[in-house]
Amino acid sequence: MSKGLLYDATMCIGCKQCEVACAEQNKLPYTDGIAAESVQSEHKYTVVLTKEDKFMRRLCMHCKQPACASACPVGAFHKTAAGPVVYDVWKCIGCRYCMVACPFNQPKYEWQSLNPRVRKCIMCPDRIAAGKQTACAEACPTGATKFGERDDLIQEAQERIRQNPDKYFNYIYGLNEVGGTSVLLLSSVPVEQFGYPKPQKVGNVPLPEYTGRVMERVPDFVPVWTLVLGGIYWVSHRRDEVAAAEAEEKKNGSAR
Amino acid sequence: MKIKITFWRVVFAVIMVLGLYSSYVRYFHGLGAATHMTDQFPWGFWIGFDCLCGVMLAAGGFCMVGAVYLFNVESLHSVVRPAVLTAFLGYLLFIVGLLFDLGRPWFIWHQLIYMNPHSVMFEVGMCVMTYTTVLFFEFLPNVLERFKLQQPIKWIKRIYPILIVLGILLSTLHQSSLGSLYLIMPSKLHPFWYTPALPFFFFGSAVAVGLAMTIFESTQSSKAFGRQLELPVLVRLGGALLVALWVNALLRLEDYFHRDMLRQITKPSYEAYFLWLELALTFVIPITLLSFKKIRLSPQGLYLASVISLLGFVTNRLNIAVIGFETYVGHHFVPKWTEFSITLMICAMGFFLFALAVNYLPIFSEEHEAEVEEAEQMKTPVLGVPALVENAGD
Repeated sequence: MSKGLLYDATMCIGCKQCEVACAEQNKLPYTDGIAAESVQSEHKYTVVLTKEDKFMRRLCMHCKQPACASACPVGAFHKTAAGPVVYDVWKCIGCRYCMVACPFNQPKYEWQSLNPRVRKCIMCPDRIAAGKQTACAEACPTGATKFGERDDLIQEAQERIRQNPDKYFNYIYGLNEVGGTSVLLLSSVPVEQFGYPKPQKVGNVPLPEYTGRVMERVPDFVPVWTLVLGGIYWVSHRRDEVAAAEAEEKKNGSAR
Repeated sequence: MKIKITFWRVVFAVIMVLGLYSSYVRYFHGLGAATHMTDQFPWGFWIGFDCLCGVMLAAGGFCMVGAVYLFNVESLHSVVRPAVLTAFLGYLLFIVGLLFDLGRPWFIWHQLIYMNPHSVMFEVGMCVMTYTTVLFFEFLPNVLERFKLQQPIKWIKRIYPILIVLGILLSTLHQSSLGSLYLIMPSKLHPFWYTPALPFFFFGSAVAVGLAMTIFESTQSSKAFGRQLELPVLVRLGGALLVALWVNALLRLEDYFHRDMLRQITKPSYEAYFLWLELALTFVIPITLLSFKKIRLSPQGLYLASVISLLGFVTNRLNIAVIGFETYVGHHFVPKWTEFSITLMICAMGFFLFALAVNYLPIFSEEHEAEVEEAEQMKTPVLGVPALVENAGD
């Protein structure tokens, strides 16, 4: 039972109410100047992008197997059972491996701060726990951002494409990308046009598997390599010991 | 004591002053003010040089310890101590570099309590901590001999086999895991450098760098501290370096062949220029040089080949950390002057500490038994410490 968000760009009117609600929910400043910013940042977790008459939202995709959570050396990120990928700021040491690892470039950093935090959409985990929908979904006047069970949302997305095949580009972004994400996107054009990575580029393999293949070998590698190294040490030094002992024996023998 | 003003001392002073100012900017105005790192480029020059190259250049320690103590190659005995010293300083300075790069360095100890065993960065962190500890114990006899503390030396000698095996094990893990870090970014790092073989390449190149670094450092020390150059040792290292370079080069070629990249890497492109530079410096030039017997048997030739290959491997690490991301990000990463300044300060500290250690500790003692007597003579150093910095920088 994992929650998710379905963003349908064809229903979006670009009103930016989701941005306002997100800022309010996360106690971030929101001014006309910030509203005009078209990039995500440490003070803007979600952004509505405009291209001619089309809109597109960007926010953390909340991967089913998040690269950030697997990358973090202190486990400051984790995927909750309810769906959100959340961040425990008190654990963070600031290595920024999460930012480099994220295929969607979602974690942002407080570069100006002296005690910087990683910032990103955390999918309102408190609201979800209280049985409410996310702030952005609640604020959306057209239902372009819809909150619900991920499985239900997938069915609904498929249904919408089936009913209006001309309106949609036939692809649910997030269904299988990097093993699936809790946020799903529908649009009339490929989402790559708005800066999302191409599906072929990110692939369907969960990114933690790439490092996991190496990391899972470590527990076996350590004892085996220790034995090999110890063995080499023993052999190469044993030769000396034997040679010394033989020399000693010879000396004793000739003295007798 | 009067301090003479010389060119290298002035350079050292300028580097330190600028470095201290940059450190002030870093810690009192934040990473944003001190670096050109952004949300698009969260890892910059410091990760590329201070971390990736720093650890790589410290590889001489485990290579020489492995050769001498593990494989019992007695003839290389004289280079072990300087190699261990370089490795120990390298790791200490790498940690200093990390304290600049981490956003919240005061929480670095969280590694020990909030462990995430799935994270490559966690493996890196644990290896750094434990291997630096091992290097400390491998280095400690120098200090103990200096102060004629026989008993603790005996204790350390007793655990020496454990230290040796542990040190090489941790180095293997650490050098390779720096490459594994990048495995999680298949869609970001340019395919010239992204390969599942990254951990193997990082380890393989570390072995070559360990050999080249030992040649470099022996030659440099002989110039700076007036030591006699042991040509047979250098020639032996040079031969091993040639083999290591060939192995690395063939593995790289095999990887490009296997991933069907051979045509792309020969086509001119922004990344290709940097790759060509890297391959020329790491493999083509040094292998060609070392293939001539005349060059392989001359100290100048060996020195030249080693330095060029070191520059090549540094290019490799910077290509992976910076150049390989530029196409993905869509713009170039040009470090801010404060980034260079802090890195320079850390390097200068390395030279200074090396000189300090050589002057006060029995690093270059020929016979181990005679070390205590030699330490006695060293009690009255001829040179003031700053004088050595001048020499080390030659």
